[in-house]
Amino acid sequence: MSTATEAKSGGFLSGTANYLDERTSIAVAVKTFGRKIFPDHWSFMLGEVALYSFVVLVLSGTFLTFFFQPSMAEVHYDGSYAPLKGAEMSIAYASSLDISFDIRGGLIMRQVHHWAALLFVSAAGLHMMRVFFTGAFRKPRELNWIVGFVLFILGMAAGFSGYSLPDDLLSGNGLRIIDGMVKGIPFIGTAISSGLFGGEFPGTEIVARLYSVHIMIVPALIILFIGLHLMMVVIHKHTHYSGPGKRDDNVVGYPLAPVYVAKAGGFFFLVFGVIMAIAATFTINPIWNYGPYDPSPVSAGTQPDWYIGWLDGALRLAPSNLDVNIGEYTIPMGVMLPLIVSLVFLAAVAAYPFIENWVTQDKREHHVLDRPRNAPTRTAIGAAGATFYAVLWAGASTDLIAINFQVSLNSVLTTMQILLIIGPIIAYWVTKRACLSLQRKDREIALHGRETGRVVRLPHGEYIEVHEPVDEYELWKLVDFKDYQPTMVRPNKNGKITFGTRIRAAVSKIYFEDRIAPVSKTEFELAHHEHAPAIEEKPAAKPKAKRKPKAIAK
Amino acid sequence: MNQEKPLRRRPWAAGLVIFLGLALSGGGYAAATQAVKTEEVSTADQISEGRNLFLANCASCHGTNGEGAIGGPSLIGVGAASVDFQVGTGRMPGQASGPQLFKKPLQFTQEQISAMAAYVASLAPGPAIPADEYLAGNGDPTHGGELFRINCAMCHNAVGAGGALTQGKFAPNLNGVEAKHVYEAMVTGPQNMPVFNDSNLTPEDKADIITYLKYVDDNQSVGGFELGAIGPVAEGLFTWVFGFGFIIAITVWLGAKSN
Ligand code: HEC
Ligand code: HEC
Ligand code: HEM
Repeated sequence: MSTATEAKSGGFLSGTANYLDERTSIAVAVKTFGRKIFPDHWSFMLGEVALYSFVVLVLSGTFLTFFFQPSMAEVHYDGSYAPLKGAEMSIAYASSLDISFDIRGGLIMRQVHHWAALLFVSAAGLHMMRVFFTGAFRKPRELNWIVGFVLFILGMAAGFSGYSLPDDLLSGNGLRIIDGMVKGIPFIGTAISSGLFGGEFPGTEIVARLYSVHIMIVPALIILFIGLHLMMVVIHKHTHYSGPGKRDDNVVGYPLAPVYVAKAGGFFFLVFGVIMAIAATFTINPIWNYGPYDPSPVSAGTQPDWYIGWLDGALRLAPSNLDVNIGEYTIPMGVMLPLIVSLVFLAAVAAYPFIENWVTQDKREHHVLDRPRNAPTRTAIGAAGATFYAVLWAGASTDLIAINFQVSLNSVLTTMQILLIIGPIIAYWVTKRACLSLQRKDREIALHGRETGRVVRLPHGEYIEVHEPVDEYELWKLVDFKDYQPTMVRPNKNGKITFGTRIRAAVSKIYFEDRIAPVSKTEFELAHHEHAPAIEEKPAAKPKAKRKPKAIAK
Repeated sequence: MNQEKPLRRRPWAAGLVIFLGLALSGGGYAAATQAVKTEEVSTADQISEGRNLFLANCASCHGTNGEGAIGGPSLIGVGAASVDFQVGTGRMPGQASGPQLFKKPLQFTQEQISAMAAYVASLAPGPAIPADEYLAGNGDPTHGGELFRINCAMCHNAVGAGGALTQGKFAPNLNGVEAKHVYEAMVTGPQNMPVFNDSNLTPEDKADIITYLKYVDDNQSVGGFELGAIGPVAEGLFTWVFGFGFIIAITVWLGAKSN
């Protein structure tokens, strides 16, 4: 590809390039970025999906800003949606209706924007899970995990502030819940609420304020953090899965330019295309159905967008009879408990890399990813966290579950409350056992090859099943992982055993007590020696198709 | 008749269908409707036919004179509207079940229903079957929508998609429910639904609500498929299952290409 452009040298392109380079030395930047290596694996593209959805969000959002008016002044609707003709509503809602019904391309842009938002946050969430379960957050990438975490929070903030802008019944109900939560904070809640809403809810200010948050503050922060995030990805280089030649001190993959850039460009359009296709066929947030916001009515089936769902679920699942009275103040635990639980959960997510590092005391850099099964405890903790989140999330649709499966709302609630506690425990246990068994199986395969189901009779009469040895790529995957052991309780240099050391030893025991050691070289050789006759029975395993050489960056 | 269950269950595709349906059934009960509106006018014949039907089908639960029994409440004073609604939507004759009686396939013709309605109305005055003028769906949908959101949406959802109540009870989906039954539901308040009498919502208000519901029924969603009109939960599930199914398939495809 680069040769193609060079062939045209002397033309306008190279002239411009020269002009730019002489003034900005941009060639240096292009070279450094262009030579970056990006490995190929589908799970490495989830971050990209988030990035591209964000680009789509910015594009469609910019369109919407031309027509949306963030004012809560009252008007009588005069657009073309018949069942609201003449209804009193805010300008914000009226202009959202106009975008939907009277501005060419407006509805599809609204739908693109909203679907892209859902996709953005879910891509970021999946990407985060990928990073978690492969241990990509380990040194030196802990800070990038924090940056990514902030991005996830910013994604939720962007979503929520946007959801509240059209000032329809659903968004107003959402704000009302926030108002209620804020007011539930002891002592300062009421003051914060009236500060937020500029007086008593709903006031006349909130939409304009959220508008600034939604189109200026949050997107600027997201762009800033994406910049930081990607810069760190470039500085750290990308991680890779284990395989021959893939070590903690290199990256194997294609250089960013031109292969990867072309590929990424194509991928962007695919993501864009998927969003467009969904937006063109499926309606999202049909605000005209919900009517203008008015504090008195609340519709059945009022839910937030999915990424706020877990917080709504926390509110719904909290028992309502735990309020604490202190003097004349009531601390509403129905509000405080969900707030505390969700903040602790988020804090745990943000801090996880540091927690794990404190346990392992591993100071090495890690660029080779873990297969989830090879870090059973981490994987189990992740599964428990995901289960906890999922139950809270499902908690936001208790009413829909009740009506669609024709069960009692009350029993759905009770079931969810129980699941919230025991679900993560079960998930932890099952996942850990599953990982250990998979490791055991891997060990078996690495040592003795794959079972082929072919039984042969040896000259001395013994029957034996032929095991086919795995090829080198496969083998590498099976044996190349780090083995940790529980830390010992040792006195520090002052000869004392600190409380921290004891705790660490205990946690470390939980982490690494049950473990399957990777196959060692001696074990491997020994096993192969034993099986030599059977293995040689079969003519050497098919040579693996030659792989295309890939660039290796140091 | 137009009232076979599968049809009634299905959302009506267009207003035309409802219109046809109303016209069809209208033929059968036009006379009866007018008769029960002013209760004195129902003929003695109709009442005695109704009494016979009632004794055969309903008395076991509601008592031989509608005074109520172990199986069901007293029907004295519930009015023709209540019978027309309960039997006309297939709720009655009741069947022991869970927390809320379900709709079942219709068991009576409109003529028979009208006869039983006339009989129950003859026991004591009560809400009558609504006049056609309120059912045509030509009121003010804006006002109706507003009233609906204030009075009904908390149970039935803003577009009448239905919602859960406590202990397994639920407010049903109102999609495709006949105008007459909507009106009757409001004046009689079946099971866990409150009564909206005429001082609460005037007959004109009720007509407006019916107009709004009819509009929702008749008009296709402008933005594409609606995913059940149950809002953000369906949208979120869709994103995860289909949106992401698609995206992951693409990433896997791209990832596989190079290996
Ligand atoms: C299996 C017993 C049973 C049978 C048979 C039965 N019903 Fe009912 N009916 C009930 C019960 C129970 C209720 C109360 C439902 C509720 O409100 O929870 C009821 C309620 C009603 C109501 C509503 C009363 C009100 O307060 O508005 C009407 C009208 C009615 N029945 C009419 C009939 C008619 C007409 C028949 C015969 C075709 C009939 N029922 C047969 C059990 C029965
Ligand atoms: C407290 C919750 C509640 C409110 C408020 C309420 N409903 Fe209902 N509605 C119900 C329940 C519960 C039923 C089911 C009754 C039954 O099955 O006997 C019902 C049934 C109905 C039905 C019968 C549907 C069918 O499938 O046959 C109609 C029509 C109806 N409601 C209309 C309305 C309208 C119009 C309003 C507002 C004016 C309203 N409801 C307000 C709870 C409510
Ligand atoms: C919100 C939008 C986000 C965008 C646009 C984004 C974008 C990206 C991209 C393009 C990459 C490189 C490719 C890849 O591995 O997928 C990446 C890597 C990374 N991201 Fe994100 N990300 C986001 C959120 C997050 C979150 C929520 C976390 C975790 C809390 C996170 C943590 C990381 C880490 C640790 C890496 C390095 C992974 C590695 O080298 O293997 N990111 N991100």
